[in-house]
Amino acid sequence: MSEEQIKNLENQFEARIARDEKIEPKDWMPEKYRKTHIRQMSQHAHSEIVGMLPEGNWITRAPSLRRKVALLAKVQDEAGHGLYLYSACETLGVTRNELYEQLHSGKAKYSSIFNYPTVTWADMGAIGWLVDGAAIINQVPLCNTSYGPYARAMVRVCKEESFHQRQGYEIMIKLANGTPEQKELAQDALNRWWWPSLMMLGPTDAESIHTEQSMKWKLKRKSNDDLRQQFIDQTVPQAELIGLTIPDADLKWNEERGSYDFGEINWDEFWQVVKGHGPCNKERMNARVGAWEGGEWVRDAAMAHAEKKANKNLNKAI
Amino acid sequence: MSKNWPLWEVFVRSKNGLEHRHFGSLHAADAEMALENARDVYTRRNEGISIWVIESKNITASNPENNGELFEPAQDKIYRHPTFYDLPDEVKHM
Repeated sequence: MSEEQIKNLENQFEARIARDEKIEPKDWMPEKYRKTHIRQMSQHAHSEIVGMLPEGNWITRAPSLRRKVALLAKVQDEAGHGLYLYSACETLGVTRNELYEQLHSGKAKYSSIFNYPTVTWADMGAIGWLVDGAAIINQVPLCNTSYGPYARAMVRVCKEESFHQRQGYEIMIKLANGTPEQKELAQDALNRWWWPSLMMLGPTDAESIHTEQSMKWKLKRKSNDDLRQQFIDQTVPQAELIGLTIPDADLKWNEERGSYDFGEINWDEFWQVVKGHGPCNKERMNARVGAWEGGEWVRDAAMAHAEKKANKNLNKAI
Repeated sequence: MSKNWPLWEVFVRSKNGLEHRHFGSLHAADAEMALENARDVYTRRNEGISIWVIESKNITASNPENNGELFEPAQDKIYRHPTFYDLPDEVKHM
């Protein structure tokens, strides 16, 4: 194809997206569109899969059966979300194994928030309330993104996600209304998860290198800073309602803006964690790679069994 | 390097009276496992009462590059639609 022909196709492609048409797997697409989508969708899938680890930590120690079934269901949902997203990603011509390989080798990233430890039961509350809350804010606009398989996966993810946030907030309500020790646990969890949750919505607009192109492709509908403001504005009253204090001395309602002003985010910490120096980066990757390698014999055995059965049927037919 | 589990496409009937609809895909060693995994991945909240799985390689799909020759001929056959036919307003039930 000549350069002019490609330019022409690219223009038609951009026009389709501008008209809100969806792009499907076999349609022509610019290589950059394909690559950007593989990067974002796989990063999203990896986050769901690694996101199971900090919560899996508390399944066996949940304080009641009610809490245990809910947490188990939530973690199972996260596995499901990872699978929807990996499948959607594979429609772009990348294999599942390549995607795993990118995660395991550290080439692909996942949400930095999962590199923080879950040291008390209250962390299950804070994660559901704050981390899933921030995730929902990020994900809802993606239900309308231009790539069909991604948009369809996100519709399903978003439908399931709201239970996650509610179960987390319910844990926080119970603790905040409990004994002084329980309330202290809730406040401590909020103190530790608040800032990482704000960072989770991504670098500031000035620092965000992919925003402009992603906006054009509707991979992003709102900037990181707008999403962060939305998250803060909706979460602060939820904290107040249950008598917890947001750990930010500069947090103040700004009448004029109709929004909360908030303190400086420690971006050095964010970049440290992204670069692999968070409290649990190594632990998470070891668990993930260990599960993959330890499961290899099971995958091989299943494949051998399937082949044996297929051959048996074939022999019967002959 | 071991063999990878093949890819399967999953179709789910959400309730009787409706058709099976494409829900997504997954990897599984054989059809039985694909069915079981589809149950766990795609129907955790009563989304279905019947599942079909088919190995993706068995699906033949049209190519969007041929959309012109495949689908455009239908566009100028407006006589296939009821609104093409002129009827007096007085005619009822037609």
